[in-house]
Amino acid sequence: MTGEVVLEIRGLRAGVGGVEILKGIDLTVRLGEVHAIMGPNGSGKSTLVNILAGKPDYEVLAGQVIYKGMDLLAMSPDERAREGIFLAFQYPVEVPGVRVREFLRTALDAIREHRGEEKLSVKEFNRLLQEKAREVGMGQDILRRNVNEGFSGGEKKRHEILQLLLLDPTLALLDETDSGLDIDALKVVAQGINRYRGPEKAVLLVTHYQRILNYVEPDHVHVLMDGRIVASGGRELALEVEAKGYEWLRQAVES
Amino acid sequence: MPRERKVISRETGIEEQEYKWGFVIPIKEEVVPKGLNEEVVRLISQKKGEPEWMTEWRLRAYRYWRSLGYIEPKWAKVYHPPIDFQDIVYYAAPVRDDGSRPKSLDEIDPELKRAFDKLGIPLEEQKRLAGVAVDAVLDSASVATTFQKKLEDLGIIFCPISEAIQKYPELVRQYLGSVVPYTDNFYAALNSAVFSDGTFVYVPPGVRCPMDLMTYFRINEAEVGQFERTLIIADRGSYVSYLEGCTAPIRKRHQLHAAVVELIALDDAEIKYSTLQNWYPGDKEGRGGVYNFVTKRGICLGKNAKISWTQVETGSAITWKYPSVILKGDNSVGEFYSVALVNNYQQADTGTKMVHIGKNTRSTIIAKGIAAGHGQNTYRGLVKIMPTADGARNFTRCDSLLIGSRCGAHTVPYLEVRNPTARIEHEATTSKVSEEQLFYLMSRGITEEDAQFMIINGFCRGVFQELPFEFAMEASQLLRVSLEGTVG
Repeated sequence: MTGEVVLEIRGLRAGVGGVEILKGIDLTVRLGEVHAIMGPNGSGKSTLVNILAGKPDYEVLAGQVIYKGMDLLAMSPDERAREGIFLAFQYPVEVPGVRVREFLRTALDAIREHRGEEKLSVKEFNRLLQEKAREVGMGQDILRRNVNEGFSGGEKKRHEILQLLLLDPTLALLDETDSGLDIDALKVVAQGINRYRGPEKAVLLVTHYQRILNYVEPDHVHVLMDGRIVASGGRELALEVEAKGYEWLRQAVES
Repeated sequence: MPRERKVISRETGIEEQEYKWGFVIPIKEEVVPKGLNEEVVRLISQKKGEPEWMTEWRLRAYRYWRSLGYIEPKWAKVYHPPIDFQDIVYYAAPVRDDGSRPKSLDEIDPELKRAFDKLGIPLEEQKRLAGVAVDAVLDSASVATTFQKKLEDLGIIFCPISEAIQKYPELVRQYLGSVVPYTDNFYAALNSAVFSDGTFVYVPPGVRCPMDLMTYFRINEAEVGQFERTLIIADRGSYVSYLEGCTAPIRKRHQLHAAVVELIALDDAEIKYSTLQNWYPGDKEGRGGVYNFVTKRGICLGKNAKISWTQVETGSAITWKYPSVILKGDNSVGEFYSVALVNNYQQADTGTKMVHIGKNTRSTIIAKGIAAGHGQNTYRGLVKIMPTADGARNFTRCDSLLIGSRCGAHTVPYLEVRNPTARIEHEATTSKVSEEQLFYLMSRGITEEDAQFMIINGFCRGVFQELPFEFAMEASQLLRVSLEGTVG
């Protein structure tokens, strides 16, 4: 239901290799909302979404994350995905020899089975996949290629959005999905996100630039600096950051 | 292939979930006493009703083998205690209750038919595998060959080699030992002396064999060594796809399988040879399992001929084999596609030899090694370009995948280039299943185990896609079963 809390992060501290990156994050996300998380390089934006998706390299030092009433941090990455968490990767990895079609079919089967839904027939799956590929402007040939192998930067990002639309999660974590895209590709990706968003969905959109927010209207904007959320607001906060830069905020926080 | 998960080993009483092909077929077999001497060689020849020339050939091979003084080749990177060649049974074959050999399918013990059904290799043609003709070899004898009549109509000969020696002596005499002479190596000599059964194929000029031909090798008796001999001749402009599969019961002791396979492709002919090797690999501590010491070689005798080897090696305690191609005819093509997997204490030393003699000859080598547990996997390959081989080309790619930290992968490529116009490329990689790839797949809802196999299957794709479709599915399954419990 719209307005229902889907994700609650409380006092989250985490790091990698003994270095603390997140120094106490509190954030509440409700169904129907799009939250943009902005911040300079190295502020911990990517760390935050990767921890939410369950990337194994990170150590959680303190805090709690409740997702749909469950202790998210106790769940394996695949359990989280089957429960409706999706991470669009900043740098999707190549998986040699594994066809896109085969990969997505296995993923969708696993998720549908968990939801108690019937597996799609080959025909139904192919139709759905083609439809989603069209929506993100990907050619059919790409579905026969190996996962991310030889994909251009733009193709990799479209492929991530294709997966978002196909797997239809509850909470989408988008890790700098806009980076490195030309304006046309950016529009396609933004259209995909807008198609996905809705009253039963939530989005955490990590970005360095406010450019994508011209196309994906956020409900909330947070600025992350040195592992802490230093400012929260609406759309206007993003514009202000763009106009004045992150240093302005740093000074404002320190003073 | 059978799907039931639980097999109780008769010998050890242990439930063996890992190797579901490990049952013993309860049938009567005629077994020659252990040990090897000229009398045994003569006896085998006599049991097969062979002509004098064949007996003499065997004896010459035997004498050569004896002259080697039981000294096995030592150059492969495999370790095992010395084999007592006098402690092996060299002939065992199914017999009927009255002691006679079954003459037709109707006379075959129903137990045997049931067993082959269970192995997924029905012997009755009406239950046939889609479009595959089968020669079933149990221990030392072929027990049934399907579709012979249909193939005969096209002039294709597909029969046990013991039958070919009697029916087609000219062809056999001309080609047997022409690619792998009995002096080739220790095990080739031994095989030539005591070979029991295997398959003979002849495809006449211009004929494209309409179905895959398959031999299914099964070891059954406890003390028996299996000495398969296969000879395939593709005459001018013909084509044949040949498949081979192998399994054996679970036994505490090691068993020897020493095969020789010879392929001959004349002008414009093509032979595609695919193997799924699933001999009993031994238990988790490395007890038992088959020693698979095999010499496989083909020759492209004519111009534009092509020989392609594809192998998926998941079984055996030790695998020692180098399916090779001699590229004699101008413009001839040799290919080798291999997946070799070792787990627990398995050892594999496998690869190929490509010998370029003719002009513009081309060869491709794609070898994928997977090592898990304490397994040791070696790729050993030779690319030899003779002075006559103007414009020869070779591409070699060797990839190794390691699972866990106690296994080993080794690559030993030999290159001998004696012609300056040759072009040789070699690529090699060693990798582990990466955490990043695993996380990516798991973040889409795929379990860790499924993600691992998806990555491993992807690693093998370049080889699997060379297999006939059903064989490729089987290979993928086999890989998964062989690796069960090693991942996750």
